[in-house]
Amino acid sequence: MTGYRVAGRGRVDPDARLRFIFDGRSYEGLHGDTLASALLANGVHFVGRSFKYHRPRGIMSAGVEEANALVGVDRGRGRYTPNTRATVLELYDGLTAESQNYWPSLRYDIGAVNDIAAPLIPAGFYYKTFKWPASFWNKVYEPVIRRSAGLGRAPTAPDADRYASRFAHCDVLIVGAGPAGLAAALTASESGARVILADENPEIGGSLLSDPAVQIDGKDAWNWLEEARATLAGRANVTLLTRTTAIGYYHQNFLGLVQRLTDHLPAAASSLPRERMWKVRAAQVVLAQGAIERPLVFDGNDRPGVMLAGAGRSFLNRYGVKVGNRVAVVTVHDSAYLAAFDLARAGAGVATIVDLRRNPRAALLAEARSLGIEVLSGWTVTATKGRARIAEIRVNPVDQNGKVGAARMIGCDALLMSGGWTPSVHLFSHSKGALDWREDLQAFVPGAPNEAVRCAGAGNGTFGLAAALAEGAAAGAATAGSAGTPTVFSVDGEAPFSGVYFRELPTDRDPTRAKAFIDFQNDVTAKDIRLAVREGFRSIEHVKRYTTNGMATDQGKTSNINGLMIAADAVGKPAPEVGLTTFRPPYTPTTFGAFVGYSRDAHFEVERKTSIDSWAEANGAVFEPVSLWRRAWYFPRSGESMHEAVARECRATRRSLGIFDASTLGKIEVVGPDAAEFMNRMYTNAWTKLAPGRCRYGLLLGEDGFIRDDGVIGRLSDERFHVTTTTGGAARVLATMEDYLQTEWPDLKVWLTSTSEQWAVIALNGPNARKVLEPLVQGIDLNGEAFPHMAVREGKICGVPTRLFRVSFTGELGFEVNVPARFGLSVWKALIEQGRPYDITPYGTETMHALRAEKGFIIVGQDTDGTVTPHDAGMSWAIGKTKPDFVGKRSLARPDMQDPKRKQLVGLLTEKPETVLEEGAQIVDGPYAAVPMPMIGHVTSSYHSETLGRSIALALIQGGHGRKGETVYVPMPGAMHKATITDTVFVDKEGAKLNV
Amino acid sequence: MFLISCPFCGPREESEFSYGHEGHIARPADPDSLSDAEWADYLFMRKNPKGWHYERWNHARGCRRWFNVARHTVTHEIRAVYKMGDPPPAIEP
Ligand SMILES: [Zn+2]
Repeated sequence: MTGYRVAGRGRVDPDARLRFIFDGRSYEGLHGDTLASALLANGVHFVGRSFKYHRPRGIMSAGVEEANALVGVDRGRGRYTPNTRATVLELYDGLTAESQNYWPSLRYDIGAVNDIAAPLIPAGFYYKTFKWPASFWNKVYEPVIRRSAGLGRAPTAPDADRYASRFAHCDVLIVGAGPAGLAAALTASESGARVILADENPEIGGSLLSDPAVQIDGKDAWNWLEEARATLAGRANVTLLTRTTAIGYYHQNFLGLVQRLTDHLPAAASSLPRERMWKVRAAQVVLAQGAIERPLVFDGNDRPGVMLAGAGRSFLNRYGVKVGNRVAVVTVHDSAYLAAFDLARAGAGVATIVDLRRNPRAALLAEARSLGIEVLSGWTVTATKGRARIAEIRVNPVDQNGKVGAARMIGCDALLMSGGWTPSVHLFSHSKGALDWREDLQAFVPGAPNEAVRCAGAGNGTFGLAAALAEGAAAGAATAGSAGTPTVFSVDGEAPFSGVYFRELPTDRDPTRAKAFIDFQNDVTAKDIRLAVREGFRSIEHVKRYTTNGMATDQGKTSNINGLMIAADAVGKPAPEVGLTTFRPPYTPTTFGAFVGYSRDAHFEVERKTSIDSWAEANGAVFEPVSLWRRAWYFPRSGESMHEAVARECRATRRSLGIFDASTLGKIEVVGPDAAEFMNRMYTNAWTKLAPGRCRYGLLLGEDGFIRDDGVIGRLSDERFHVTTTTGGAARVLATMEDYLQTEWPDLKVWLTSTSEQWAVIALNGPNARKVLEPLVQGIDLNGEAFPHMAVREGKICGVPTRLFRVSFTGELGFEVNVPARFGLSVWKALIEQGRPYDITPYGTETMHALRAEKGFIIVGQDTDGTVTPHDAGMSWAIGKTKPDFVGKRSLARPDMQDPKRKQLVGLLTEKPETVLEEGAQIVDGPYAAVPMPMIGHVTSSYHSETLGRSIALALIQGGHGRKGETVYVPMPGAMHKATITDTVFVDKEGAKLNV
Repeated sequence: MFLISCPFCGPREESEFSYGHEGHIARPADPDSLSDAEWADYLFMRKNPKGWHYERWNHARGCRRWFNVARHTVTHEIRAVYKMGDPPPAIEP
């Protein structure tokens, strides 16, 4: 048993001893401890240094609001967690943790010079100092700021843990299993409603865990609690979630709960997820979040050993640890007396209670007297002393007029403070509920709700056990409507609960020299906030950002109200007029893993594969992602570079035969009596006269007139079109078509079906394409006259149904073989076999791109960027001139769309044939134009053309159509390249190769 | 995340839907008869109210149907969900 452990107290198991390591030293704790309680049991208060001034800091709370005691926990490679609050870190055997924000050691820290230099680092220091000169940013300011910014040390290895997530629905979600939440759950679940009760602690009970002496329904609190737990556990309609934090409250009663599953275990089975995100949709919500105690603001209130009074009481009653052997108390609230009394009874020496109030309750004074505790009422604390732990406090009387008298020193090894209590309205505020100011509490409480939510207990500003139970029961009953009857609870032994509120405590010293902290985690003092107001910041949101008050990972749980009260005082307005800063999720720091859940590695994004993908993989394809698809990029033979492979694939296709998996093309079946009329309205082209069995290149615009998508469209019958779209545009085009069909033209009898996944598409390109296809096809005459370019036929290939298109995206004789996806692989293999005499060559997307660029065929999204009209792209021919209307038609008539200076698609040939321009490179008129040089366009596509033995490029250039033959310049790193504007078609301009 | 009641499928998570745009803006029957200013007004100008907003959503990962929603842009309350072609319901401000 260590020096500060109190036998017979707390919920820890004295027989379950655990070893743990903190900053390299081994200590002993008990099962049921947190790291904080175990350290305190070993007499360790000094556990870290502060963020800005590197001041020694101790454990200030016993719960989630902890701002000081942040540690790094090391559970092995990929399992390092910085900034863990020691007060909620459950102890397990072998736990290894380290303190933060120091170098080279916690006790001797170089950064503590910031504390001595503190007068030089006021609020807004960074904004004021690191401004000029600009060149200092890279070399001086940024490295310094980077080194000193951030809390703790970020882990570098990939997270080795797994995370789970699930959806849940319930009638009533109750957040917080303290007295109010338990009363709500017991009542709400009586009617059979599906209830989820979530609490962030390892066990339910809330404040009852720290208050064992009080009686409910004639039972000791902990016995009542066990019965309540058993009752709820026995109800099949109740889901009880402990170690589960409600992190955010979103629209329509959607809440995120993070359940911690393994962090409290010494060695968790690797099959267990570390955390689980519950995404809960609740018909009704009851918030019973409780309240957080406020620190008092005085010089030296951050010294190790200074902590919230309620925390001192929790460490004793819940963990069996006294926080000191000579404890002093400073308070403005009754509740701190309870901590003093409990500690005194447990044998911890309690030196003095300093009460700012002149007339504390007589009953409290009498009890203090009986326990031998001195009460200094109407006194203040003006300083603390001690380095690694508090050793003395300086106290002074304050007379009726507020005059501070002569100081006296009191020795102590811990100082408990209480500035009253702040209702936790975080989740209510997430849900956009209005907050009301309660003057008596000097705090905001939930007001008009924005969701189906009720608040109960201390979180609603309803303090006291009996009142919290009653309000919780009423909230639980109300969720059941008129059917619910609130359970009635009787309470005995409830302590008084009242207090007053202070800004900074009165002092006889110069307040501008005081280090009276408000935000302990971000090292913001009262004088920082007053300075911000003096410098002109009036809005609390601005004061917050300027001083960083409330911006640390604790999000101001202990500092928001103190900061607001001091800002309001400085501004000279009442606090509610200054207002509270916005609460934002998550309520407490949350792992990225919990948000990511299953969505990592291969599960991060869907990877779509075609039916031919396995052949490509077996045949050495290098893949590239194209929207969600994995596509074969090129097929290198052994020893080939990408350039060599692509050159070979291009040559083979132009000279003999290439085969390409085009299955990823988007496909939409447009069917119905009005199908042609629908196509007329959607696409720029005219469709009425397109005969069944023929195809046409279709261009789709947005209503703004800009090119959105394109593709070859075949008409199979009067009422049936086979529409293809770009690979990436398939879903978008279908959504656009549905939009117009359902919302603008519901009278049209047309049905749309996505068939992208239904058809495998094999493109055969090259002079020998027909020869390979002929022996395998049945029922289609492939003769050039019977089956001309831009035609579609239905028949069979290899015995399976096919829609055979004669189209070409390479300029060679080309066919696209559509077969049901399940036959894609077998037909592909048959074509490969049949093609062997012609050295059939599989090619990938790179060769496809290069060959189409040689022909000047655009890729929507590469050669267009959402600002390119059909005319800009040189495709005015695709517009059905006589059509009365189509999507985007009216916009093409707007004056700006006809400006001859618009950027227009042209070809570019570099002066040096070996220069391949960078796609995206800017184009200028001359190399010596004045800076800033006017940029007249940019390169959209650029390749080495194997066919021409030189580079080619496509570009968008202002007025480009009228500038053929002119010279432009393309600045790139290291060189300014000269290029000539040309036509966009580089190979076979007459299209002779298609007419065979 | 909203809970949106598709008029064809019932209540579903927001992630199944995609937002379209402001509702009840009919595409002009004869765009050529509009002046450039009138066409630009149709094309570009949209309301951005603080309050009730009638808007079009698509149950993109469900039944693929478009429908109308009356949503409050501050509270995000969804007061009405109704089919295309139905008139916008009157909502007290
Ligand atoms: Zn639906």
